[in-house]
Amino acid sequence: MEFLRPATWDEALAAKAENPSALPISGGTDVMVELNFDRHRPGALLDLNRITELTTWESGTYEGQEGEVIRLGSAVPYARITKELSGPLQGLSIAGNTVGSPQIRNRGSVGGNLGGASPAGDAHPALLAAGKDVFVEAESVRGTRLIAIDDFYVGVKRNSLEPDELIRAIRIPVADGPQQFSKIGTRNAMVIAVCAFGFALHPKNGTVGTGIGSAAPTPRRAAEAEQFLADELASRGLWESGGLIGPAAVQRFGELVSAAASPIDDVRGSAAYRRHALAVMARRTLTWTWNEYTQSLRSAAA
Amino acid sequence: MSARNSSTRTIRGEKNLQEITTAHPDGIGGSPLRPDGTLKVKGEFAYSSDLWHEDMLWGMALRSPHSHAKILSIDTTEALTQPGVYAVLTHEDIPGSKYYGLEIQDQPALAFGKVRYHGEAVAIVAADHPETARRALAKIKVEYEVLPPITTEEQCLDPETHGYVHEPHEYRGHASGNIVHSQKVVSGLGVNEDVRAMADVVVVGEYEVGMQDQAFLGPESGLAVPAEDGGIDLYIATQWLHVDREQVAPVLGLPENKVRLTLAGVGGAFGGREDLSMQIHACLLAQRTGKPVKIVYSREESFFGHVHRHPAKMRYEHGATRDGKLVYMDARIVLDGGAYASASPAVVGNASSLSVGPYEIPNVNVLAIALYSNNPSCGAMRGFGAVQACFAYETQLDRLAAKLGMDPVELRQLNAVSQGSHLPTGQVIDAPAPVAELLQKVKDLPLPPALDTTHLDIRELPGALSNTSHGEGIVRGVGYAVGLKNVGFSEGFDDYSTARVRLEVIGGEPVAMVHTAMAEVGQGGVTVHGQIARTELGVERVTIHPANTEVGSAGSTSASRQTYMTGGAVKLAAEAVRNELFNLGRSRYGWTYNDLSLIGGKVVSASAGVLISMVDLLGDQAIDLTREHHHRPTVPFDKETGQGFGHVQYTFCAHRAVVDVDVELGLVKVVELAAAQDVGKALNPLSVIGQIQGGSTQGLGLAVMEEIITRDGKVRNPSFTDYLIPTILDTPPQPVEILELADPNAPYGLRGVGEAPTLSSTPAIVSAIRAATGLALNRVPVRPEHITGT
Amino acid sequence: MRVTFNANGRPVEADDVWEGESLLFMLRERLGLPGSKNACEQGECGSCTVYLDGAPVCSCLVAAGQVQDREVRTVEGLADDESGLDPVQQAFIDAGAVQCGFCTPGLLVQTHDLLEREPQPSDSDIREALSGNLCRCTGYEKIMDAVRLASARKCSDASEVSQ
Repeated sequence: MEFLRPATWDEALAAKAENPSALPISGGTDVMVELNFDRHRPGALLDLNRITELTTWESGTYEGQEGEVIRLGSAVPYARITKELSGPLQGLSIAGNTVGSPQIRNRGSVGGNLGGASPAGDAHPALLAAGKDVFVEAESVRGTRLIAIDDFYVGVKRNSLEPDELIRAIRIPVADGPQQFSKIGTRNAMVIAVCAFGFALHPKNGTVGTGIGSAAPTPRRAAEAEQFLADELASRGLWESGGLIGPAAVQRFGELVSAAASPIDDVRGSAAYRRHALAVMARRTLTWTWNEYTQSLRSAAA
Repeated sequence: MSARNSSTRTIRGEKNLQEITTAHPDGIGGSPLRPDGTLKVKGEFAYSSDLWHEDMLWGMALRSPHSHAKILSIDTTEALTQPGVYAVLTHEDIPGSKYYGLEIQDQPALAFGKVRYHGEAVAIVAADHPETARRALAKIKVEYEVLPPITTEEQCLDPETHGYVHEPHEYRGHASGNIVHSQKVVSGLGVNEDVRAMADVVVVGEYEVGMQDQAFLGPESGLAVPAEDGGIDLYIATQWLHVDREQVAPVLGLPENKVRLTLAGVGGAFGGREDLSMQIHACLLAQRTGKPVKIVYSREESFFGHVHRHPAKMRYEHGATRDGKLVYMDARIVLDGGAYASASPAVVGNASSLSVGPYEIPNVNVLAIALYSNNPSCGAMRGFGAVQACFAYETQLDRLAAKLGMDPVELRQLNAVSQGSHLPTGQVIDAPAPVAELLQKVKDLPLPPALDTTHLDIRELPGALSNTSHGEGIVRGVGYAVGLKNVGFSEGFDDYSTARVRLEVIGGEPVAMVHTAMAEVGQGGVTVHGQIARTELGVERVTIHPANTEVGSAGSTSASRQTYMTGGAVKLAAEAVRNELFNLGRSRYGWTYNDLSLIGGKVVSASAGVLISMVDLLGDQAIDLTREHHHRPTVPFDKETGQGFGHVQYTFCAHRAVVDVDVELGLVKVVELAAAQDVGKALNPLSVIGQIQGGSTQGLGLAVMEEIITRDGKVRNPSFTDYLIPTILDTPPQPVEILELADPNAPYGLRGVGEAPTLSSTPAIVSAIRAATGLALNRVPVRPEHITGT
Repeated sequence: MRVTFNANGRPVEADDVWEGESLLFMLRERLGLPGSKNACEQGECGSCTVYLDGAPVCSCLVAAGQVQDREVRTVEGLADDESGLDPVQQAFIDAGAVQCGFCTPGLLVQTHDLLEREPQPSDSDIREALSGNLCRCTGYEKIMDAVRLASARKCSDASEVSQ
């Protein structure tokens, strides 16, 4: 096994081009488990820890994305996302705070979640919910490619990165409405998701975002549920009025989220439970975000 | 590639493998600090996985991927040619006996002919680095013929159709069919239609307990060093040095005196280190290579490398009068012992004899059996046998109370045993048995405040940081339970302990040295030994000698027995030393006093005052005496009726659990777990409370999360990501009430503490979840699926 | 490969390191620092917690090569000198928070970090901060006591200094 330690991003891209099978390692919170448990023996490890720009974030405007965007370095640890970005990336920051343990959150990053592309990665539902205009900045010596989040996950633990590409950053629109994230585990800390749900209100364009984790071969959005709720909010003028969504629509939203999943039975939970819990989490996160939204409407009016 | 150490640290330099001396005024009843505490907080305490030796190799085992298969061939040729590989051994390389076992020698040291469980060791490797060893293991070619696994009760009990785990000609114990051991208990009239007719109310239930793991944090590990005399020095984390040696030596083809064991630091045990794990393998590799060999299990291997708590299926039937007096109990307890016997016979003995719990029931009929199967082997874990039964009988008592419209605590108190009660084995409880009082103690504690919905802190809710509830769906429940546990080894076993105490003057001060083979696994035995020496010898300075096989057996650190047994041996040895010292004074000074004691380093006569300092009396003489402590004898239970004075001592603990359940998501947060226990005499109150809280928390784990999940005998969750144990966010405040009602038969009146709290914590929590949800919940661990009906 | 870094304030060097090795293995087996413990090697138990450039991390999940030129502080580096103990270490002994002690080194580092960031944590803060450190012996109650005790002692020391 080789251990590659590029000092700069350009060196890293060159190294990856030269050793396409090299496994990038940053926080190590997934990669090292694979190594320690003898599940994987890559030809080379590509250490990204020396590339400081990967652990920075900036805000700005970017082509193809409306409004202000956070360009989140792929190796910014979850602990810093929760501490520094709880406003602009509300959903991701709540999700980040459920990742592993404090020690893991000091090392683990969104880039790692995306690279591993496990359906159980906690960042995915929040990224999906944050909007269809969330982009993964994939870079190689050939240049930069923006991959829409919906095109990123292609199979169980498979993503759409090319072998010579590394994840430089994730471009996430700043939250324009309340966002939530909820995850099921069978204990009260340090759990891999039995299933998880991310939800965001996007009052600016009158849409809502969803993300389902650990209940399908890939992270996925509940498209029908999003459409149903967006129609409901628009047709009833609720975005403007801030009125109650009502139990029937909340219930239906939950059912559609649940229907969007295709879970399996495994040691962490049954498929039936996952479907059930997704519906409950969908109802609850919708209620929390809607309450927050209506309160903000009221305080804006006051 | 090699793993070398840049420092000169060797095994001989490890501080806890040398004597540890501390000075403290407190004898028994105080809470002096652990003698090993400073080493432990500085990271200097050498656990078995920390050991290092110049020129050492790493050992590793190849394990079966199948739960049941014939081994057709094993080819080690290629593995042996790998650079850095020093030895590859199979059963063919074993110089002595091919079998070992705790009670029944039925387990091959390395599999031959057949593998009987997923993870059984087939071959072992010694190499210069763990990675070299892993790559070598991958080069060993084992040809298997996979056989259908025998895993269910129905399959086990029908060997004609499904086959035998061990062929009848292979039985080394009293097994018949796939039943490794069985025990009946019949008392009063037994249970028949006439007896049933005496009851106004009957409850029948079927209960299941999942396979729990000890999940001690320090993985199985140790270092075997070949000695010049052809023997082996083994530094090891275990629960019983001498019984390890008894099992290791014959396999190595060595006499016992050539296998010397020293206890290295033990990172928890809870029963999981009663059986051998890597001991024989490390020794075989050291013997073959002539080099020190260290083996350290990974967490995954640890799940395969030790036995677990027996999963149980139980059918219970209780009959009572209209006013709540129990009339009869009928129970059938089926324990899955897995591939090898381990401690199954003793587990069956406990499950059957303690199956009624701490209740007076005039008519009883019980059958408990343990099966051989192709599931993982099960054996000792904290509270064995009694834990499973307690979940069943306490659930039954709750259901009976509901059916009678009685308060569940009052129903228990009405039927509780007390001193003088007859248990169904015919044994009379001849020490205090304050069961009703313990229940009252937890009941009378103030309840924790209701959930404050105006200032929610999600960290205090079910799901906590996972952010599943902001108060929605949460219902509170309260539940009670109490349990009955024995202390010490039972059924006629002479469960003795040995202690050596040496008194001498060092640096102008009297110093007592205590030398035993007791396995300190975290429980604080070394602290208590110092306290006993101080109380009996009036000294402050005590030296704890490393535990090893140079002194006689201390028995096992299990069955809540060490303070009773080895503590008792230290007391006897210290008393003998004290008498010897008095005799020295008598012969030298012609004392005729018979009111002597040792206080503050001086010989004191109650009538004549201070006679002489111990320093002056001893001079440069050392008094060094060894004593054995035997508990009062017990007898085996009658095979057909279970009658007999089978247990040394009984112990009782009661719990009240308060839980918040998210009834929509099926998530649970235990809000408070209160315990009350009679400890006879708290030799070290701080340690006693630590034992109760730790034991209760393992019961919490069994109640709501812990289970090894198998399919066709294969373990599906051998990791800490999927076998979950409670975190600090799962564990609530745990108020503890201690009673100290002396047992006249025990040293200082003490009662074993460690296991009782693990029994009743589980049913108390599940009872609280039932109260919150109204569900039956007849299986532990309770999963979100059970609460949500999904 | 060779890895050089700073461990507990001293420059150290490990040779012949296998590229797939963890920082934990390197500390324990090559550098004579076995204080950090190997309970799960998958980031689930926290017993291997060390400071890496000032942040507590699971050393089992850091590749050895990743600490080149960086600073690591382990349980062996918490005490000021040979005889003294850090207040967190003393509190763990005094409160009875140490039984088998295998989780202790990781808990000490994590608690040390908590009290540096938040000298007077609430019980919920303590539970959140220590939620990645499994203990199988104590049921955590004495660990809660130890953290409260260390916090109280550190705060009273600090107020004495400021007076």
